[in-house]
Amino acid sequence: MRYSIFSLARNALSYHEHWPLAWRSPAPKARYDAIIIGGGGHGLATAYYLAKEHALSNIAVLEKSWLGGGNTGRNTTIVRSNYHLDPNAHFYEFSLKLWESLSQELNFNVMYSARGVLNLVHSPADMDASIRRGNAMRLNGIDAKFLTRDEIARWIPNLDCSPEARFPIHGGLLQPRGGTVRHDAVAWGYARAADALGVDVIQQCEVTGIRIDRGAIQGVETTQGFITTTKLGIAVAGHSGHVAAMAGLRLPIESHVLQAMVSEPVKPVLNTVVTSGAVHFYISQSDKGELVMGGDLDFYNSYAQRGNLPAIELVVSACLALFPSFGRLKLMRTWGGIMDMTMDGSPIIAKLPVKGLTMSGGWCYGGFKATPASGWLHAYTIARDEPHPLNAAFTLERFAEGGMIDEKGAGPYAWAH
Amino acid sequence: MLLIPCPWCGPRNQLEFTYGGDATVKRPLPDAPMKTWLEFVYLRDNPRGPHQELWHHSAGCRQWFKVLRDTQTHDILASGRADEALPGATA
Ligand SMILES: Cc1cc2nc3c(=O)[nH]c(=O)nc-3n(C[C@H](O)[C@H](O)[C@H](O)COP(=O)(O)OP(=O)(O)OC[C@H]3O[C@@H](n4cnc5c(N)ncnc54)[C@H](O)[C@@H]3O)c2cc1C
Ligand SMILES: [Zn+2]
Repeated sequence: MRYSIFSLARNALSYHEHWPLAWRSPAPKARYDAIIIGGGGHGLATAYYLAKEHALSNIAVLEKSWLGGGNTGRNTTIVRSNYHLDPNAHFYEFSLKLWESLSQELNFNVMYSARGVLNLVHSPADMDASIRRGNAMRLNGIDAKFLTRDEIARWIPNLDCSPEARFPIHGGLLQPRGGTVRHDAVAWGYARAADALGVDVIQQCEVTGIRIDRGAIQGVETTQGFITTTKLGIAVAGHSGHVAAMAGLRLPIESHVLQAMVSEPVKPVLNTVVTSGAVHFYISQSDKGELVMGGDLDFYNSYAQRGNLPAIELVVSACLALFPSFGRLKLMRTWGGIMDMTMDGSPIIAKLPVKGLTMSGGWCYGGFKATPASGWLHAYTIARDEPHPLNAAFTLERFAEGGMIDEKGAGPYAWAH
Repeated sequence: MLLIPCPWCGPRNQLEFTYGGDATVKRPLPDAPMKTWLEFVYLRDNPRGPHQELWHHSAGCRQWFKVLRDTQTHDILASGRADEALPGATA
C-alpha cells in the first residue's frame, strides 16, 4: 500500500484498525543470491539498493534482534557533510543529497529536518581551522557559512556567548543543510521499501558462523539453520570485528561504548544542532521536545550497550557551561550503543580478502548520517564486484598501503577519533 | 563506575585512570617485516568477552599496569604488573 493523505483518511474512517503490516516476516529460504548481515539502517539500505538499482531479486537481511535495535535506534540523529578530506567530503555529501529526497524515495516520512549544524569555535586557532574546513567544503560544492559571535548570540539566545563563559565562543561554522532525521523511521522505511521489492527481512536470526571453501563464501550458519549464498555483506556496526573473525579476519577496529541522553520534553527552545569540538558535545531538540545530547566515548573497549556515569557527567557539565538555563531540566533517559571505531576514524566500505565477502562498517561516532550512501555504495560494490569511485578510498588495504583517511590527525588509537 | 584495582594503590575510582588499549600487542623489532608492523599498529582481536588491556594510574602512582576485563559485562577479572602474565589470561 502507498502511504498518502488518501490512505490516511481512508484508515481514519475505520479507526486505523486495518493498516496492513509494513513488511512480511518470512522464514529463511535455503538459498539466497545475496545475504546482508545486520538489520540496522545500513544493512536494510544495502538490501534495498541491491533490489532497486541492481535488480537482484533473491536477497535476505538477517538481524539477530529486532530492526533498528542497534545503533540506528540509539543515535543522536545528526546528519551533515562538513568534512575536510576529499574522500569523506564527497561521500558524506552524496549521503546528504540522498537524505534530502529519501522520504519521497521510500514513501515513508523519515522527517529529514535541515535545521543546520553549527560547530562552535572557542579560540583563534579553532577559528583558523574552522574557516579552512569551511573553505575546503565550499571548494567541494558543500554549503558552509562562518557566523560571528554576535550572529550566533542573536540566533541562539540561550547559548552563553558572553566573554565570561567557561568556553568563550568566538564564532561558528554552520552547515545550513545539515540537521536531523528520525532514526527509527530510517530502519522502518528501508525495511518496508526493501520488502516491497521482495527482500526477505528476517529478524531473530543471528549469524553464528561463516562457511568458506577454497577462499570463497559458501553460506552462513545461523540460529535458524544454515543458509547458502555466494555473496555476503557485513553491516553489523559495533559487531564488525566479531563477525569478521568468523571469516578468519582481523580488522583495524575496536568496539567502544558511546552514550547519549535526553532531558524531559519542553516547548521549543533550540531550533538547530549545536556542537562543540573543543568540549566534544552536541545537542539538538527532538520533535517531542526532549533535548538530545551526547559527547565522548567511555574510552575503553566495550560490547555492553551501556556505559558509566563519568561520561554522562562530562556531557551534562558541557551542556550547562554552554546553556546555563538548561540546568533547570531533568535528565529523563540515558543509553549506550557499540561503536565500530577504526584506526583512522574513517569507514571501510569494501571487498574483503575472501571471495564474495564485503563489509560496510567502521562508522565510529558518525555512521547514521552515512546510512543512505553506505547502503547505495555497498550494494554497488556487491553487485559489480568492484567499488564505486565514491568508496574506492575506503578499503581495508589502506592501512597497509599508507592511505589512511585521518580527518582528525589522531593516529592509530581507535578511541581517539 | 569502574572500580579499578591498581596493583600498587588498590581499588580506585576510574576517574584516576587513563586507558591504554589492548595489552597483548607487542612492539616488533625495528627490522621486522611490514606485515608484523601492520598487525602491531592497526589490527586488533577486539574480543567480545575477557580483554587484556593497559591502564595508566595517571592521577595516582603513575604506573602502567594490566587489567583483564570482560567487554560484555565490564566486570574486572584480574589486574597485575605490566611485565607479568595475568592469572586467567589466555594470551
Ligand atoms: C549514542 C550514539 C549516538 C550517535 N550519534 C550519531 C549522530 O548523531 N550522527 C551519526 O551520523 N551517527 C551517530 N551515531 C553512530 C550511528 O548510530 C551508527 O554509526 C549507525 O547507526 C550504524 O548503523 P548500522 O546500521 O551499521 O548499525 P546498527 O543499527 O547497530 O545495525 C547493526 C545490526 O547488526 C545486528 N547484528 C550484529 N551482529 C549480528 C549477527 N551476528 N547476526 C545478525 N545480526 C547481527 C545488530 O543487532 C544490529 O541491529 C551514534 C551512535 C551512538 C551509539
Ligand atoms: Zn596506582
